[in-house]
Amino acid sequence: MSKITLRDLSHSYLDKQNSNSDWALRDVNLDWQDGGAYALLGPSGCGKTTLLNIISGLLNPTKGKVLFDEKDVTTQSPVERNIAQIFQFPVIYDTMTVYDNLAFPLKNRGMTDAEIDRRVKEIADMLELTKTLKNRASGLTADGKQKISLGRGLVRSNVNVIMFDEPLTVIDPHLKWVLRSKLKELHQKINRTMIYVTHDQTEALTFADQVVVMHEGQIVQTGTPVELFEKPKHTFVGHFIGSPGMNILPCQIKNGSAAIDGVEISTNTKIKESNFSKTEIGIRPEFISFDTKGIPAKILKVSNTGRHKIIDTQCNSGKIKVLSHSSKEIPSGSVFLSFNKKYTYAYGDSWIIE
Amino acid sequence: MNKTENQKAWLFVIPVFILVAFNAAVPLMTVVNYSFQETFGNNVFTWEGTRWFKQILQSDRFHAALGRQFLFTGIILFIQIPLGIFIALTMPKEGIGVSVCLVLMSMPLLIPWNVVGAMWNIFALPEIGFLGHTLNDLGFDYNFTQQTGDAWFTTVLMDVWHWTSLVVLLSYAGLRSIQPAYYQAAEIDGASRWAVFRYIELPKMKKVLTIAILLRFMDSFMIYTEPFVLTGGGPGNATAFLSIDLVKMALGQFDLGPAAAMSLIYFFIVLLVCWVFYNLMMRNEEQS
Repeated sequence: MSKITLRDLSHSYLDKQNSNSDWALRDVNLDWQDGGAYALLGPSGCGKTTLLNIISGLLNPTKGKVLFDEKDVTTQSPVERNIAQIFQFPVIYDTMTVYDNLAFPLKNRGMTDAEIDRRVKEIADMLELTKTLKNRASGLTADGKQKISLGRGLVRSNVNVIMFDEPLTVIDPHLKWVLRSKLKELHQKINRTMIYVTHDQTEALTFADQVVVMHEGQIVQTGTPVELFEKPKHTFVGHFIGSPGMNILPCQIKNGSAAIDGVEISTNTKIKESNFSKTEIGIRPEFISFDTKGIPAKILKVSNTGRHKIIDTQCNSGKIKVLSHSSKEIPSGSVFLSFNKKYTYAYGDSWIIE
Repeated sequence: MNKTENQKAWLFVIPVFILVAFNAAVPLMTVVNYSFQETFGNNVFTWEGTRWFKQILQSDRFHAALGRQFLFTGIILFIQIPLGIFIALTMPKEGIGVSVCLVLMSMPLLIPWNVVGAMWNIFALPEIGFLGHTLNDLGFDYNFTQQTGDAWFTTVLMDVWHWTSLVVLLSYAGLRSIQPAYYQAAEIDGASRWAVFRYIELPKMKKVLTIAILLRFMDSFMIYTEPFVLTGGGPGNATAFLSIDLVKMALGQFDLGPAAAMSLIYFFIVLLVCWVFYNLMMRNEEQS
């Protein structure tokens, strides 16, 4: 059990780094509180797995430090760090039984048979593997195998952190939900730090108390699901979280106020600076309404998803998506769009201006 | 309902059929033909029934050759399989070393068999060969042309040199196909190097090792050219393996009937061992 600190962490898989894109991770600084449920969210190739492997000790960072309870563990092996990690694809020991698979990490650490038996049975019970304990592990289905992988990660009771690297990729959708709730339940029960890597926002937002969003090797925002939704610090977070994602429109900034197509837009935060190469306004589709004044736009398409209507509109600066309740009447042709000030933000070079 | 039968597709099979007939079926049937008859040349044959088969199966000479053959195959499998796995495990996994190792490993496999025999013959000659001379200088009484043990030692060493590479290449391919996650998981589970080998690498190599053992069994069981050039089956009959003995009987003594019977028995032994081995491995596979 410990607090994990990442300090000025950078990693590159290349020997020489010429540009930012040569780095898989750049200047990561992060504190993971003891006992927290975290999600590491980002698209494929954003550096999530790299970061995870550095925390577990499978990978040595090019620069920076990893601290467990303020103690430098950067050069320690996974065994010394005492962590558990579960991988994307099920890893099982083919020739062993399910029982032996689960017992393997404990045997390697020299625990007594009685203690091993108790732990294995407890975990098997939790993952509903009790019936198959005596079977050869290689005969199981993909999700059965992944349950074993999960079990091997959870079987040790004293680990500092349990890390999940997209563990539910190969699991059937209906089981995904069950296992995810199980993990959440487990977290509340054993109260151990858990880091859950995923590219699926639903998974991240339902599992974690704190979500860390990564983009091109950098951490762009850390916050609760609500914070990420209501106040994205980076246009990427706006895009990536929410369905459909945030509308990002180019804007002009003059004397502390922003304008789209010559219409002034009031934003939640004060615009103190204007010295950017690119300035944008971000507003989620949920917070736009049709009005008698505002940004002139044309309605292109209305799609009804059952609970919502998604309206595609076009203004001079680009396309704007609007989300409204499906029972609402949608005007047609030319309309005016008004933005809810509370959820409207200005972004300079993709980062929020505040 | 009328079913229209179109037999034209058979035409496509004919070329293969002819090819197989000429390179396998016809020669094999000729041997079968010989094995039941006696001939003194001039195309005159007399029917002998199963006499040659009985004679071969009861002959001490055949038993001795078969014994030598199993011993030889056993020894080389016992050396080549573990050695091949060991070399594959120590080979580099990335960088320029990979291609260097692969090329070096393939070299012995590319040398014609009689050249291998000739090379080792010269290499091992007691007076002038590098190996033979060095061993004698070191105080060993080494002469593969006259001493049975030395002849066996040299033949086995030659085969190990020639064929271990095959096991190495197959094992290496098997090892490379293991996902990195397996090693990472084992590291996190705190597995020892031995446990990684025993529970990850060996099970994952099982299929390629089955192929390696089958190939090495068949090849070594049918070995002819290399020992023929190296020792000629000698000293005496010490290294006269089945195929060498067979050729002696067929061409040296011109006993075509018994030689044909021996060929068939030989063939069935190879077939039987391969079949049993393959089925054992596959049954194991189904259980898991």
